[in-house]
Amino acid sequence: MAYDKFNILTSSAVPLPIENVDTDQIIPARFLKATERKGFGDNLFRDWRYNSDGSPKEHFVLNNPIYSGKILVGGKNFGSGSSREHAAWAVYDYGFRCVVSSFFADIFRGNCLNVGVLPVQVSAGFLDKIFTAIEADPKTELKIDLSEQTITILATGESESFEINGYKKQNMLNGFDDIDYLLNIKKDIEVFAENTPL
Amino acid sequence: MSKTLFDKVWDSHVVKHIENGPDVLFIDRHLVHEVTSPVAFLGLKNRGIKVLYPERTFATADHNTPTRNQHLPVQDPLSANQLKALEENAAAHSIPYWGLGHEKNGIVHVIGPENGITAPGATIVCGDSHTSTHGAFGAIAFGIGTSEVEMVLSTQCIMQPKPKKMRININGSLSKAVTPKDVALFIISKLTTSGATGYFVEYAGDVFKNMSMEGRMTVCNLSIEMGARGGMIAPDEKTFEYIKGREYTPKGADWDNAMAYWKTLYSDSDAVFDKELTFEASEIEPMITYGTNPGMGMGIKNDIPLAEAVEGGVATYKKSLEYMAFHEGDAMIGKPIDFVFLGSCTNGRIEDFRAFASIIKGRKKAENVTAWLVPGSHRVEEAIKEEGILDILHEAGFELREPGCSACLAMNDDKIPAGKYAVSTSNRNFEGRQGPGARTLLASPLVAAAAAVTGKVTDPRELMEEAFA
Ligand code: SF4
Repeated sequence: MAYDKFNILTSSAVPLPIENVDTDQIIPARFLKATERKGFGDNLFRDWRYNSDGSPKEHFVLNNPIYSGKILVGGKNFGSGSSREHAAWAVYDYGFRCVVSSFFADIFRGNCLNVGVLPVQVSAGFLDKIFTAIEADPKTELKIDLSEQTITILATGESESFEINGYKKQNMLNGFDDIDYLLNIKKDIEVFAENTPL
Repeated sequence: MSKTLFDKVWDSHVVKHIENGPDVLFIDRHLVHEVTSPVAFLGLKNRGIKVLYPERTFATADHNTPTRNQHLPVQDPLSANQLKALEENAAAHSIPYWGLGHEKNGIVHVIGPENGITAPGATIVCGDSHTSTHGAFGAIAFGIGTSEVEMVLSTQCIMQPKPKKMRININGSLSKAVTPKDVALFIISKLTTSGATGYFVEYAGDVFKNMSMEGRMTVCNLSIEMGARGGMIAPDEKTFEYIKGREYTPKGADWDNAMAYWKTLYSDSDAVFDKELTFEASEIEPMITYGTNPGMGMGIKNDIPLAEAVEGGVATYKKSLEYMAFHEGDAMIGKPIDFVFLGSCTNGRIEDFRAFASIIKGRKKAENVTAWLVPGSHRVEEAIKEEGILDILHEAGFELREPGCSACLAMNDDKIPAGKYAVSTSNRNFEGRQGPGARTLLASPLVAAAAAVTGKVTDPRELMEEAFA
């Protein structure tokens, strides 16, 4: 599925300083019944965000109007748990284009890259600085430059570089997906398949 | 050059290596279920393409299905719609579909091995993270997201960088009442839920060598819970014995050729792993979890650790105990429970039902306990009946349900109510995993059985004196 190109993103951020945020929190299984990729943002963090009667939980950060922006900043080991890409869709559909953490679970990181959400892994120290900066001023802006592979806290100018594999980077910069690539080498795949018995 | 088991299988499936990028990995077999596939099929439709190799693709209904009255139409309209979508997609692309009521229906990771879809040395993927189960046969098997499901449907390949390699060795023999589930929960408690992130794990040593195929599946299944992409065990005579003669395993000359290849599937003696860990079998006790991730487990007789003794954030730890309504320093033994769930692709195989039955035999279900016993497949259900286990269950006051994922992820009606405690043989104790507000204690089928008949957390060893005398 095509997504928007990603180059430079400057935005305030929503802080979620909790560790091991798992995919069952990001999108509970009972919301996985759709057959189309639509409307998942409404149920992002459903059980942390809403009471069982559907009223918003005041204390949850997404319900707090002082926080906004296209960047979600989470605690260590973000996205552990299931392979449901719905978790990445929910993050994207809600309006986030980037998730920052000091550590990501593998499948979630891969899913994000496949749907146009940039996972930015920073050091534990830098993550703390981001949380501190947002706490001091919820309007604090972060600048994420994918070409340069840097993340900067604009208010303080503190910056760190992050890793991304070169192929995925090109895909994100251009808004391409893997299937475009694979369909282009279909001949090679067919030859390989012929030599690979079931 | 010397290679690990993982290298041998991975390298032989690389169609193309992209410089400074991922490998294009050929996938031998692709398992599909109703929840993570509809958007992928929609993608194919939008691109105007067909499934490239339907004969390498298999579909079942399991995540979102009722475990009662499967002969009746599915009540929940959204679930029914998803099942219908899979049935139609399978038909449109000529994929075998084993829907509700089909004799081969069951949880995707249970029916793969049962039907010989799972093979040593194969690459196997599915849009479910516990695909790692199939690694028990010496396959590279892992869970993928829906974009990747679409990739495999359309090109039979995915694009992934090669993970690092870890080996976990456990030697010696396991103590009484220590099952493969306990081995896995023990490892996860040592490594934490992110300790193997970025790695593919090979399990080696006496403990895994001596383990049944069912047990190996349980261990490999839980690899994902320590963050690993997957886990695998080198195939041996037990493996070959298990798969021989199953529907999709090779026959005749093909079998001989395959065997010649399979026998090369082990880590060379001088192969190098990026990380290697070793534990002693005697360290492992029957385990139970007390928190909200599978790494928060301990020997059943221990007390819940104090916040200061755990690694990682104290706030996160406290939040987790608060959710469970447990306190630091509490004993787990004797805690009252409300539900027992025996099932899932972790512990929903025949061996698990045998273990459960061995404890409840001649006893009665505790009155305060609601028990959901859900076989992993129709084949398992059949075996339960044939072996007389159903009678033992009935005599003890239990009922058997129909196969499916059920309360493992609680997408269907099998939801543990808010605030209730469930001893579960499944794989995740995340907040709300088994229903909004549900509190899950992960454990083996033996611990689940002991809880089911006593109504509280009980050391199964106390109930198994005779059996082991
Ligand atoms: S039983 Fe649970 S883990 Fe296994 S396939 Fe079903 S939902 Fe996934």
